[in-house]
Amino acid sequence: MTETFEPVIIGFTCNWCSYRAADMAGTARMKYPPNIRLIRLMCSGRLDPTFVLKAFASGADAVLITGCHPGDCHYVEQNYKALRRFQLLKRVLTQMGIEPQRLKLVWASAAEGAKLAEAITEHTEEIRALGPLNWPTGPNGFEQNKPEEMVVQEVTA
Amino acid sequence: MSTNGKPKFAMYWAASCGGCEIAVLNIHEKILDVDANFDVVFWPVAMDTKYKDVEAMPDASILLTLFNGAIRNDENAHMAHLLRQKSKILVAFGSCANEGCMPALANLSSAKDIITTAYHTLSTDNPQGIEPQPDWNAPEGEIHIPRLLPVVKTLDQVVPVDYYMPGCPPESPQIAAVIDLVVQVLQGKAELPPAGSVIGAGNSTVCDECLRTRNVKLIKKFERIQNTKLDPILCILEQGVLCSGPATRSGCNALCPVAGSPCIGCYGPAEGVLDYGARLMTAVASVIDSNDPDEIDSILDGIPDPVGMFYRFNMAGSLLRASKGAWDGK
Repeated sequence: MTETFEPVIIGFTCNWCSYRAADMAGTARMKYPPNIRLIRLMCSGRLDPTFVLKAFASGADAVLITGCHPGDCHYVEQNYKALRRFQLLKRVLTQMGIEPQRLKLVWASAAEGAKLAEAITEHTEEIRALGPLNWPTGPNGFEQNKPEEMVVQEVTA
Repeated sequence: MSTNGKPKFAMYWAASCGGCEIAVLNIHEKILDVDANFDVVFWPVAMDTKYKDVEAMPDASILLTLFNGAIRNDENAHMAHLLRQKSKILVAFGSCANEGCMPALANLSSAKDIITTAYHTLSTDNPQGIEPQPDWNAPEGEIHIPRLLPVVKTLDQVVPVDYYMPGCPPESPQIAAVIDLVVQVLQGKAELPPAGSVIGAGNSTVCDECLRTRNVKLIKKFERIQNTKLDPILCILEQGVLCSGPATRSGCNALCPVAGSPCIGCYGPAEGVLDYGARLMTAVASVIDSNDPDEIDSILDGIPDPVGMFYRFNMAGSLLRASKGAWDGK
């Protein structure tokens, strides 16, 4: 394959800050790579670690979680819950053999379109250098292509 | 095979410990109902039958098969396919068949590493470094032993499953209730639940059945239970000891927490939960009493093995299913 690797990044944004930051980046015609697929949540506190695991299991190369700056949460303190879940989830992912830099947390207020665009660019480049994750249950993973077929290894019981 | 006209019953164990079979026998005199209403045609732990007896049966001739155990090797997978073909109703019975349970913690190591640990580490007396061979030509003929699959799978990752009965093992009163139901269905007095249902368990969480008193949870430090003197009335998680109640399906009457030991999650994910560990992480992380990243990290140090903790019973049934190293065979 001579094609260059284009990472797929799932981005979770908060309705009150980072989604508006992305909006602002758009209206201001700032450029950021199209590798990120943004999903809007009402709050980063809505981010169930399931969403992140599902993204990886379905073939994403990285996940970017964004939310309001500490102290600025529209729902008072839910972004702190996102922070704690992020820190715990990162430990779990590391133990599962997923490089910790594939999961990132960025705070961006509604005014910080440039900051968000920059963070997305930076994360995309970092993952591009790191290479694909290709989790076996994803669309390009071997477990997906032949779910009926049992893969047997030359190892005895 | 007898021809007494009774519907046929089978029970099989794949990668499991045998606790599920004991739980079935633990229904006491109710086991006579099984015998009165069913012709037990295959149950390796209780009677002498051979795989070829099952192979000789017509397709879909067994009415009810309780399948416990995870799919660890190609023999387990073969039996799963065979029993699926021969059974009308296939029940994933117990945590191993549902979500992998303890055998699936092997999904954190590659099959190669498992063999190395078993045959070539300090605790094994194996000076010649002998490993079992899958195929062997003995003077009496060729011998085959099962091969490990790269990762442990749940039953429904290998064949379609009709019903799910969780628990490690399923609680005997729940088993008795399910047998009662099946007998009533046979007599035309009741109807089977919709295919794909979870049977013999509740629809809520262990916390919902737990009798302990709950207040606001604010945790500054996670403690191992052996280092704590637990209050007998208060919620266990509130006291800083990890308890899996918030993510675990009800059905056991909160046996462990009521007895003074944290829930370890053997009844699997609660209704509607896609990934058990993620749900438990959500609950545990949100009650950490700190907003400072460094302090949060030092509190999290109190959980030395997060994957082992959050996926103790659910590794094979989780979204990621196995670690990268296990998938890659490295």
